[in-house]
Amino acid sequence: MAYFLIFISAIFVNNIVLSQFLGICPFLGVSKKIPTALGMGIAVSFVLVIAVVATYLLQQYVLVPLNVGFLQTILFILVIAGLVQMLEMIIRKISPSLYQALGIFLPLITTNCCVLGVSLLVANGTYQAQGAQLTLLTGVIYAFATAIGFALALVIFAGIREQLARVQIPRNMQGMAIALITAGLLALAFMGFNGVDAGIAALLK
Amino acid sequence: MKKYFEIFINGVVKENPTFVLLLGMCPTLATTTSALNGMGMGLATMFVLIFSNLFISLLKNLIPDGVRIPCYIVVIATFVTILQMLMQAYVPSLYSTLGLFIPLIVVNCIILGRAEAFAAKHNPLESLVDGIGTGLGFTCALTLLGLVREFLGKGSLFGNVILPSQMNILVFVLAPGAFITLGLLIAVVNSVKNKKD
Repeated sequence: MAYFLIFISAIFVNNIVLSQFLGICPFLGVSKKIPTALGMGIAVSFVLVIAVVATYLLQQYVLVPLNVGFLQTILFILVIAGLVQMLEMIIRKISPSLYQALGIFLPLITTNCCVLGVSLLVANGTYQAQGAQLTLLTGVIYAFATAIGFALALVIFAGIREQLARVQIPRNMQGMAIALITAGLLALAFMGFNGVDAGIAALLK
Repeated sequence: MKKYFEIFINGVVKENPTFVLLLGMCPTLATTTSALNGMGMGLATMFVLIFSNLFISLLKNLIPDGVRIPCYIVVIATFVTILQMLMQAYVPSLYSTLGLFIPLIVVNCIILGRAEAFAAKHNPLESLVDGIGTGLGFTCALTLLGLVREFLGKGSLFGNVILPSQMNILVFVLAPGAFITLGLLIAVVNSVKNKKD
């Protein structure tokens, strides 16, 4: 039950891009066409879940017992960078077609703040768990739901931009200005989901 | 002297990280709910940028070319950790307001971008000046964005209430307002640029 609420909350109510402001760079950068947006979304989901597992274990079994919490930022970014590199090599070996599809996005993900951000949130236990216990499983479910929210926002935004490319836009508004205002309107639309998670929780009680 | 001044102005105006290069969007949008928060985030980023630029420039001959990006990230992450400790000790309230976005300075593309594009090719003093210029440009942009959002959303400037609460447009301090305000400010910058041409 709580797991279902985590899903609803992370995808719609507290969308990672449109209300938490993590992962804005790929959101604005690779959202001109729907297929590329979808590819980026899948690549991020893949890396995010694996990174959360790795950093959670690192936090629980290395940083906390040794009492070296201050190394968190440095170690997490190194683990994520190494992980992305490793994934890239593994995917190239196992499935060249998947590598063709995801390959160009993988190096970009290292500096995607949504991966480091969600890893830090899960490791520090400061995410919205909707009353579930803060275990590794809850963290993974939260990470997966967040990634779906990221992919959803990216694909919707890419769809709008594909349509925007066909219309005449005033010279000063062209490029990033109109893209940001479009994102603002999309965020406004997602604000309509506010309170939906609490409503579902009350309904199913 | 003239050369250093040019590097400095280049970072603040001509290659302003927010309005011209459009880098580091996450903290720009997330932390500018008020002018003070925006300025705090800008100064924190500037601190890391200055030291990472200086040290990467000093170390550039020691770092092998093949592993330079991981080395840069370690240097940057070190200064972010130092910043975290300093902020926790001296400005704990600002630290808790900015929250997650302080450790996320590590993945701010402005810092890695300046390391790769400038500090790796120039001497330490020039890199230091570039760090100050770019950092100041980022701080000014964030303060301006925070100022506009705070004024429209809460009717105040730097925490001093000016307009009565009936005139507040709440959406500007919420998430959508961040995107819309930045979009409009970029349009203003574009119009100035297009007039010049």
